[in-house]
Formats: sequence, structure tokens, C-alpha cells
Amino acid sequence: MAHITVTVDGTSYKGEVEPRKLLVHWLREDIGRVGTVVGCDTSNCGACTVLLNGRSVKSCSVLAVQADGSEVTTIQGLSDGNEWHPVQTAFKECHGLQCGYCTPGMVMATVDLLSENPTPSEQEIREGLEGNLCRCTGYHNIVKSVSYAADLMSAGPTKGAK
Amino acid sequence: MIPVEFDYVKVTTIDQAIAALKAGGEDSKIISGGQSLVPVLRLRMAEPSVLVDCGAIDEMLGVREDGGSITIGAATTHHAVMSNPLVQKHALLLAQATATVADPAIRHRGTTGGALAHADPAGDVPAAALALDASFTIAGPGGRRTVAAKDFFLDYFTTAVGPDEILVSFSIPKCDWGSHYAKFNRTAQAWAIVGVAAVVNVEGGVIKEARIGLTNMAPTAVRASTVEAALVGASSAADITAAAMHAADGTRATSDLHAKADYREHLARVITARAVRAASGI
Repeated sequence: MAHITVTVDGTSYKGEVEPRKLLVHWLREDIGRVGTVVGCDTSNCGACTVLLNGRSVKSCSVLAVQADGSEVTTIQGLSDGNEWHPVQTAFKECHGLQCGYCTPGMVMATVDLLSENPTPSEQEIREGLEGNLCRCTGYHNIVKSVSYAADLMSAGPTKGAK
Repeated sequence: MIPVEFDYVKVTTIDQAIAALKAGGEDSKIISGGQSLVPVLRLRMAEPSVLVDCGAIDEMLGVREDGGSITIGAATTHHAVMSNPLVQKHALLLAQATATVADPAIRHRGTTGGALAHADPAGDVPAAALALDASFTIAGPGGRRTVAAKDFFLDYFTTAVGPDEILVSFSIPKCDWGSHYAKFNRTAQAWAIVGVAAVVNVEGGVIKEARIGLTNMAPTAVRASTVEAALVGASSAADITAAAMHAADGTRATSDLHAKADYREHLARVITARAVRAASGI
């Protein structure tokens, strides 16, 4: 077993993990952050996307032990109290989902994309989300959601109320 | 699936890494970003006794200028490589190829040196390293040695890095030629069915020299040397297309569920012409 300390959504967690434990399993099983889901378990679908030290990663493809000393942000850490993150608001307003299973990963990948490129073109949105698969929507409303999120975020921090 | 049990040791120096590999015996494996290794572990296609994490060795991180070359630490992530100003200025082809690897989340975590040492014949970076005449610094129990790109990729998933050694960094002679990486695949984030990495020196509208690496046309990335020779003196699209007809010469393309060998050979000719035209502006 290895001892790890990881800050998740602003709270520091200490734990003993087997080195083989995947970060997504540690998040879900050891500390109860079940908002992050396991989709394909093959590194393809991106449903398990979280931010690791501020950048998107697929948490099924990172060992929990490798996250020792890091900061992780999950879908459950995005909102500010009762205020949704603008990306969450945009996915709701544009109905950027159907079954919702890919949504936590889509939202986290979008947060990362907009942190690097606050005003992406449609092409840049599609390429920025190429690691996230949705089997319902055909991506149309997801692309609209990302574009709307970019508008909300450039308009300032007051938008995005629940 | 859940990987098999293994031990894990995180090291902070090359010497520690070499000692840990030795202590772990023949089933020890190096990990840094883990974007090729963790999927393999999950499938239980690898059952290492110990993983030696080399992702926090200072010497293996970052890009630096070394006179006429740039040197890239082997544990530098794809994202850091492709967005690095030195890489964009002096080895643009590498940035172009790296930008096509998998998807953004994987590029944040996966390392370019790891992809080179993994040597997947369908990986995008080896062809660029070949075309850019990269050289590789390998450390082992006997000290350090430097291996040229042409001697680095030995076979399917096999490089000059021995089981008790580690790739520390790779260097690329500064190259300001036109460049392009053309990748043919069917779906987003898919592996290349065929890829072509091209750097072309054009003077007065005439190609003086070209270096071309092919992805997924053999058990390793290979140079399209017949095309390179045929391109010297080319000054028109027709010249380039004619030279690119040699792109499959001497290759050993395989058939799989994505493409048959003869289709790969066809693609190599077409994609080579596109890559050279984009790189040369002709």
C-alpha cells in the first residue's frame, strides 16, 4: 500500500492505496466523488475526465498513486456554493446532453478547453472535445453549449446562477 | 479491468531510476505519463513486478536550447512539447505531429519521450523524430550513450533502449525548413492508418532537400528515402506527385481491420504528396 495526499475539490484527503488503483476508482470508491463516472475503461470515451493540477486528464488512465501531492477538480467541485459554473449553466440552457452519462467529462473537458482558448471556433470546439464521446446527441447541442459557455464567461462572473 | 498487483517507486534522479530498475529485475517497467502503459495494465497485457515512476526527474522535464539543437526531456508531456516556443520555432514538425496524438486530455498526461520509447508503429512522433534526424540520450548502468534516430527504432515496440536503461532526452538539430505532418485516420483520436512527416528545404521555388518519415508502413517508423532522392529539383505539383509514387518502396505495410497493405501503400503515395506540398508550399 502507498500513502497518498490529494486535494480534491478543495478538500485534502489522505489515504492508503494499492499502486494498481486507478484514480477514477479512488475518487468514487475511497472518497465518494461519484459524480465522475467510468465510461469505457479503455481511455477512449472521456466520461471520467477530471482536472489534475488544472489540466484535463482521463482519470481511468492515471494511477491514484501518481496523483499524490496533486490537486484534482471533479464535476462536483465546479459550482461555487449555489452558483453553477457557467459551463454547467450553458449545458443546461443549450440542452447539451441526452442521457447525461458523458456530461461530467464533457463539462470538465470544456472547462479545460476554455481556460486555454476562451473564444474557440466551432472547429476548435470539436477538436478540443475529440477525446470525449457522446452516443446520444450527435454533438450538435454540445458544441452550442461550449460556444454559449464561452459567451457567458467572457461576459463576466455574475452569470450562471442556478 | 483492474491491473495486476505491482509495486511502485517514484524516483527523482536518473541514478535512482537505474538502481530501481535493477532492483526490480526483468519485470520492472518505467512509467511517467502512463498513457500507453496504463491501458495495457488495465487489459492485463503487462504484468510488471514494479513500476518506476520517472515523471518527476528534473533532467527529464522541459525543453532547452543547446547551441544548434534543442533538447527535450523525455518526460515532457505532449502538450508541453507542442506548445513550447523553441519547438515551434526550431522543430515545428515535431509540434505538428505531437498535436495529432490522441486527444487533449491524453496529451496533457502522455509524454513525447514515452511515445518514442514505446515505439508503436502507428504512433505519430517516431516518424517526425526520424525526419528531423533526432538523437537520443540513453542512460544505463554503464553510463550514457547517444543513439541516432536511424539506429533507435529497431522493431515493433522495440528501441535501442535496453531493459535496464532509460531514455533521458532527445535532441533535434534546429530546422527552419517547411514542414507538415499528414495523418490519415477514420475517426477522431484514432491511430494513424498511415502518417507522413515531411520537412522540405525550398530555395527559389525548387526543392533542394527533403526528409520524410512514414508512420505505420513497417514494424517501425521508416524514412521514405527513394522519395527524398526523387524530390531533389522538384518545382511543381506534378514533380512532387511523381516523386511521391515511390512512397511505398521498400516498406512493409501490414493488413489489419483498418486497412489492407495495398491500401496503405496507396495512401502512403497520396498522403506523401499532400504532406510535401503542404511543407514546401509548391
